[in-house]
Amino acid sequence: ARGRPVDQELLEELEEALIMADVGVNATSLIMARITEVIKKQRPQDSSKVQDILKDELVNLLTIPAHPLDPSSAKPFVIMVTGVNGVGKTTTIAKLANYWKNQNFSPLLVAADTFRAAAIDQLVLWGERIRVPVIKQQPGADPSAVVYDALEAAISRKHDLVIVDTAGRMHTRVNLMEELKKINRVISKKLPGAPHETLLVIDATTGQNALSQARLFKEAVGISGLVVTKLDGTAKGGTVIALCHELGVPIRFIGVGEGLDDIEPFDPVAFVEALLG
Amino acid sequence: MFENLTARFEKVFRFLKGQGKLTEANIKEALREVRLALLEADVNYRVVKDFVSRIQERAVGQEVMSSLTPGQQVIKIVHEELIKLLGEKAEPLSLKGPSPVTVLLVGLQGSGKTTTAAKLALKLKKDGRHPCLVPADVYRPAAIEQLRVLAGQVGVPCYEPGQGESPESIVKAALNYAGSQRCDTLIVDTAGRLHIDRDLMEELRRLKQILSPEEILLVVDAMTGQDAVNVAEAFHKELSITGVILTKLDGDARGGAALSVRAVTGCPIKFVGVGEKLDALEIFHPDRMSSRILGM
Ligand SMILES: Nc1nc2c(ncn2[C@@H]2O[C@H](COP(=O)(O)OP(=O)(O)OP(=O)(O)O)[C@@H](O)[C@H]2O)c(=O)[nH]1
Ligand SMILES: Nc1nc2c(ncn2[C@@H]2O[C@H](COP(=O)(O)OP(=O)(O)OP(=O)(O)O)[C@@H](O)[C@H]2O)c(=O)[nH]1
Ligand SMILES: [K+]
Ligand SMILES: [Mg+2]
Ligand SMILES: [Mg+2]
Repeated sequence: ARGRPVDQELLEELEEALIMADVGVNATSLIMARITEVIKKQRPQDSSKVQDILKDELVNLLTIPAHPLDPSSAKPFVIMVTGVNGVGKTTTIAKLANYWKNQNFSPLLVAADTFRAAAIDQLVLWGERIRVPVIKQQPGADPSAVVYDALEAAISRKHDLVIVDTAGRMHTRVNLMEELKKINRVISKKLPGAPHETLLVIDATTGQNALSQARLFKEAVGISGLVVTKLDGTAKGGTVIALCHELGVPIRFIGVGEGLDDIEPFDPVAFVEALLG
Repeated sequence: MFENLTARFEKVFRFLKGQGKLTEANIKEALREVRLALLEADVNYRVVKDFVSRIQERAVGQEVMSSLTPGQQVIKIVHEELIKLLGEKAEPLSLKGPSPVTVLLVGLQGSGKTTTAAKLALKLKKDGRHPCLVPADVYRPAAIEQLRVLAGQVGVPCYEPGQGESPESIVKAALNYAGSQRCDTLIVDTAGRLHIDRDLMEELRRLKQILSPEEILLVVDAMTGQDAVNVAEAFHKELSITGVILTKLDGDARGGAALSVRAVTGCPIKFVGVGEKLDALEIFHPDRMSSRILGM
């Protein structure tokens, strides 16, 4: 697009690209209004300048001031992982445990999804693969009880890091969200200040519903970070732009595959380049 | 959260009350609202474009121009066209042919294939058939165990793969297993995969060749955004799918993916998943879906 004039057609194309990347109608109008203003001021002659203006704007929206996610800041550092069904919570937990294990942390995993068929086996298999212990009970057990046991174990065995796998749940299911709040309460009662990080996992293929997910999970348990999974496909995950902006929550990691190493710390510039590319 | 289309239309047509006359300009305004509503519901950009131009053709015609309630009239047209696009009426599974009849479930990671396989088994069992579940996902940790547990809950047999058995070998063996278990229907669960993963798409082609399935159902998450068209197009091109199952409609997603998938494949949406429980599978109703997409 280099060398093209800066005209209405160019702006319409950018708008289309944003919508097709799941940025959403409202966020797209907001972004287009902002870059139109910058264009008025700077009067760029070249379309590639306009691309840069848009990139800067998107990177801005994705750069959220926040505490870094640093597992050495507490011991044990407790992370609760939440999200709707099938987004990649359990796989992400295996990747994260492996990532931090490679940095010499000693993680403990908690199988608090006692509901979905073979969810416990899935986490246990990952645990065996990365040689990280998993605390579990029988299918159908009270997830809060599993978490309580796990925290006792983590304290007595001096683990640095505890990662809690929760069952996927629709954010609209009141009783299931109550269950999540209960897990949260049990954690903070046992370990004041914990959980130190509550991650919401968002599937990059998700459209505008991600906003509703984030609002309701945040309302229930206070989300402190996002993980965007499945960015190895053709979906761009643009919905997180509105989401970060609205909720003021940073993206911590992205998932780019099903393997253990397919996780990367979030890089807004790379994300925006992939989104527009 | 989403502004109801009726409310939006009221705004567009409000000033008409004094004037009582409809112009092409305010029809255009109304169509802009339709476009926004569809995009907010995650209908694909290109699908929306085609759809709105089709509506436009009808809307500038006599039926709206001469109507006393143009807003209602345009909404009626939008509804009708949406229902037409979504497929008019529910379509059942096709289970003709010699036993065992095979249903192959395919789709992206985490879309709900394994759960849906068990839901279908329960449904067919209730219909008096004798289904059997086949776990052909050898990649995801505990995927086979997941299907086995669900088969136990439904009370249907589940083929037991050997250590390290390949998906191809599993489905071949399952054809014989069906006979030994007196099963008339095989429901085959496959691993989630990306539509751009050439090796794994090739694997599905081989499974199709071995099984000659009567139904190849693409399982799509109702929360999917703009990418739904890419996914559906690629799976359809590779496998010629026969239908779609839309899962996770129990949340508050507007489900525009239904429209996108239907528009690019032309294949019917046969069922919708409305919960994690095994009886949470319903026949697809185009009229309900149309209202849902429009947020009304
Ligand atoms: N392509 C791709 N697949 C992923 C990624 N992360 C997870 N998956 C796959 O997505 C599917 C679902 O992953 P899970 O980790 O089981 O998801 P979950 O959120 O724990 O699911 P529930 O516990 O059932 O709610 C699996 O097939 C994973 O292999 C990713 O980054 N890319
Ligand atoms: N709320 C809700 N959850 C569903 C529905 N269908 C499936 N799920 C859940 O979605 C998650 C993923 O379902 P699976 O059946 O494991 O998905 P899959 O496509 O087999 O996943 P992979 O094998 O990893 O590709 C699980 O938590 C299911 O319980 C549905 O209709 N509604
Ligand atoms: K999904
Ligand atoms: Mg899980
Ligand atoms: Mg599965």
